[in-house]
Amino acid sequence: MTVQGILQLVVLLAVLALLAKPIGTYMYRVYHGERTFLDAVLRPVERGVYRFMGIDPAQEMRWTTYALALLAINAVGFIILFLLIVLQPYLPLNPQHFKHVPLWVAWNTAISFATNTNWQAYGGESTLSYLTQMWLVVQQFLSPITGVCFLLAMVRGFVRHNAETLGNFWQDFVRTLLWISIPLAIVATLVMVGLGTPQNFHAYTQVTTLQGGKQTIAQGPIASMNSIMQIGDNGGGYMNMNAGTPFESPNAASLTLQLLMGFLVPIGCIYLFGLMVKDVRQGWAIFVAMALMFAVGALVVYHSEAAGNPLLAHLHLAGHANMEGKETRFGPALSSLFENSTTAVSWGSTAAANDSLTPMGGLVMLFNMMTGEVIFGSWGVGMVGMLAFAVMAVFLAGLMVGRTPEYLGKKIQAYEVKMAVLAMIVPSFVILVFAALSVVLKAGRSGIFNHGPHGLSEVLYAFSSGVGNNGSAFGGLNAASPWYAATVGFAMLFGRFPMYLPALAMAGSLVKKQRVPASAGTFPTHGWLWILLLVGTVFIVGALTFFPALALGPIAEQFAMQAGKVF
Amino acid sequence: MKSHIGPAIRLLLLSTVVLGLIYPLVMTGLAQLIFPSQADGSLIVRHGRVIGSRWIGQQFTSARFFQGRPSATTPPYNGSGSAATNYGPTNPALIKEVRTNLAAVLKANPGVTASQVPPSLVESSDSGQDPDISPAGAMLQVPRVAKANHLPGAAVRHLVETHIRGRFLGIFGNRYVNVLELNLAVQALAHGHGG
Repeated sequence: MTVQGILQLVVLLAVLALLAKPIGTYMYRVYHGERTFLDAVLRPVERGVYRFMGIDPAQEMRWTTYALALLAINAVGFIILFLLIVLQPYLPLNPQHFKHVPLWVAWNTAISFATNTNWQAYGGESTLSYLTQMWLVVQQFLSPITGVCFLLAMVRGFVRHNAETLGNFWQDFVRTLLWISIPLAIVATLVMVGLGTPQNFHAYTQVTTLQGGKQTIAQGPIASMNSIMQIGDNGGGYMNMNAGTPFESPNAASLTLQLLMGFLVPIGCIYLFGLMVKDVRQGWAIFVAMALMFAVGALVVYHSEAAGNPLLAHLHLAGHANMEGKETRFGPALSSLFENSTTAVSWGSTAAANDSLTPMGGLVMLFNMMTGEVIFGSWGVGMVGMLAFAVMAVFLAGLMVGRTPEYLGKKIQAYEVKMAVLAMIVPSFVILVFAALSVVLKAGRSGIFNHGPHGLSEVLYAFSSGVGNNGSAFGGLNAASPWYAATVGFAMLFGRFPMYLPALAMAGSLVKKQRVPASAGTFPTHGWLWILLLVGTVFIVGALTFFPALALGPIAEQFAMQAGKVF
Repeated sequence: MKSHIGPAIRLLLLSTVVLGLIYPLVMTGLAQLIFPSQADGSLIVRHGRVIGSRWIGQQFTSARFFQGRPSATTPPYNGSGSAATNYGPTNPALIKEVRTNLAAVLKANPGVTASQVPPSLVESSDSGQDPDISPAGAMLQVPRVAKANHLPGAAVRHLVETHIRGRFLGIFGNRYVNVLELNLAVQALAHGHGG
């Protein structure tokens, strides 16, 4: 580890702390119909969209209606994408005459892009027609917005009292798309092209290299896809190796900016929450809790990658950093920071080969995803997950002093706690059961690439990534095999709806309650005591659930590696 | 549910046209207008012929050229299919790979010892297209390249030094040398010397 390497983390966190307020304030204005600099153009567009859709944006929705509208757009998106993939041989814009895609891969891919996961069980440029690829970009715009809607509805559950409704889903959705997704994508595309990412519709370039060899250079509209991929924390890049490929991220400047892009809306969501509950300290407390967990994770990954692999020590190279599966221009520090973020912020695009990380590096990635990706965690859903943990934390604090817990002026009762627990149990259950089946069944075992404890890590990673709607992978695993395509498909589905619908149900219950004014007995949910309690809750729930699995995977591998054992 | 299907379908229809079609086309137009060279892949043209992209590494095997990192793609440095080895840290294939690569580097560069070789030069990149090597990885190749091109070592070393690129804002990423650009400079220098 070097000072310069650690400085990258410090500077990143400082910039995030500076940006949270302006972005969150802008988002607040967007959702509350206050003036923004884009109104002159976008207000008329917004009205036109509502008219075309045939909806009344002023119509307030109960949690059930809100949930149904949310499910409707996700279901229709899934069906269209599924049909496009299955029927692609008969549809236009398929100049390479790509044939039928296996059903389980179509199922996996359609869920993957509908749930903001972008797990890629297919080889993009060799499987999907232009029409299908084009539609993936549409889903990359739309799927993150569902997450913000979850958050808006949930926070309204806390903010409103003696009420029934949580807002209008379509209004939340359309405003996010118009004021946030599209402007950010346009700016990000131009920045990316400026730094070297191609944006064209040319055929692949055939070149004779300096030494006289032949090389085919893949081109395409890479920047316009990658910008929304990164801004929207989607992760499904144009190229197989994502941001590790020079065209997707040509230099450290472009990777650093992509790092920032992925954080923008998640940190905005935290401050937005603070503004909505009319107490920004509540937002900052969560920001600090997330930043703490992020910093510890990033330092562990960086330390482990910089220390390298003791199995190679006998070669006595100049330095010991683990550079297998990493790019020269990024080096161990920036690669570690990006990979820690890819799992914490749930964007899933990678700049290094995660399968080749040291065991402790892989452990942090797994833990970031297994705890529900609440460390910043994508558009809205990281905040929703953190609010579920907050409910658990006040419940635990309430148990200790024997008092009915309160959070944000609402009494937390049995129903809320049940819903919070449900949101935590579902993902854990899916990860552990599918991982256990995969290492028992032949179909699962035959897809594993690296043997020994690392093989279990590959499997755990796949289901954690699926449930967490992350999309990154330990790339050695055979994701296209029928077993993994089908089961990871289920994992992605369970990680999206059964995980977040309880949050909506909780909001539906909270919104009916009256406000309880804070009293001397109210546990303050800001300040260091609260931050540590919240971090502790996340850590304990994650550790209790997953420690046995992690002990058999990355932890066993760490000991084996130090003992000089290979598999 | 039924009353929501209609709006959902209409919103998706609109999105398909605006986001799937208009957005990439407008972005391509703007990109081509503002950053024409980058938008076309930062291609390097010499004597009217495209010889590569400055961002996509090329395979160099000749002693006259600086050589890049091991690439896991087939063929190595495949410009249209990125890939990593995905070797885990306790996979014996990883140790074999690094050992083989190190032996090749030591054989190609007589006089160089393992303690001069940075890990990046013997461990495979993430993309298989890594266009860069570390400054140390370039320096150890200087004597070989200078000799093969009949150039003074100091001149080649100077070329390497002028091709080192710094970190972003002095903080982010690593220092590196673009192999293709360095080799073009070496070739130009060699031609200047009548070689």
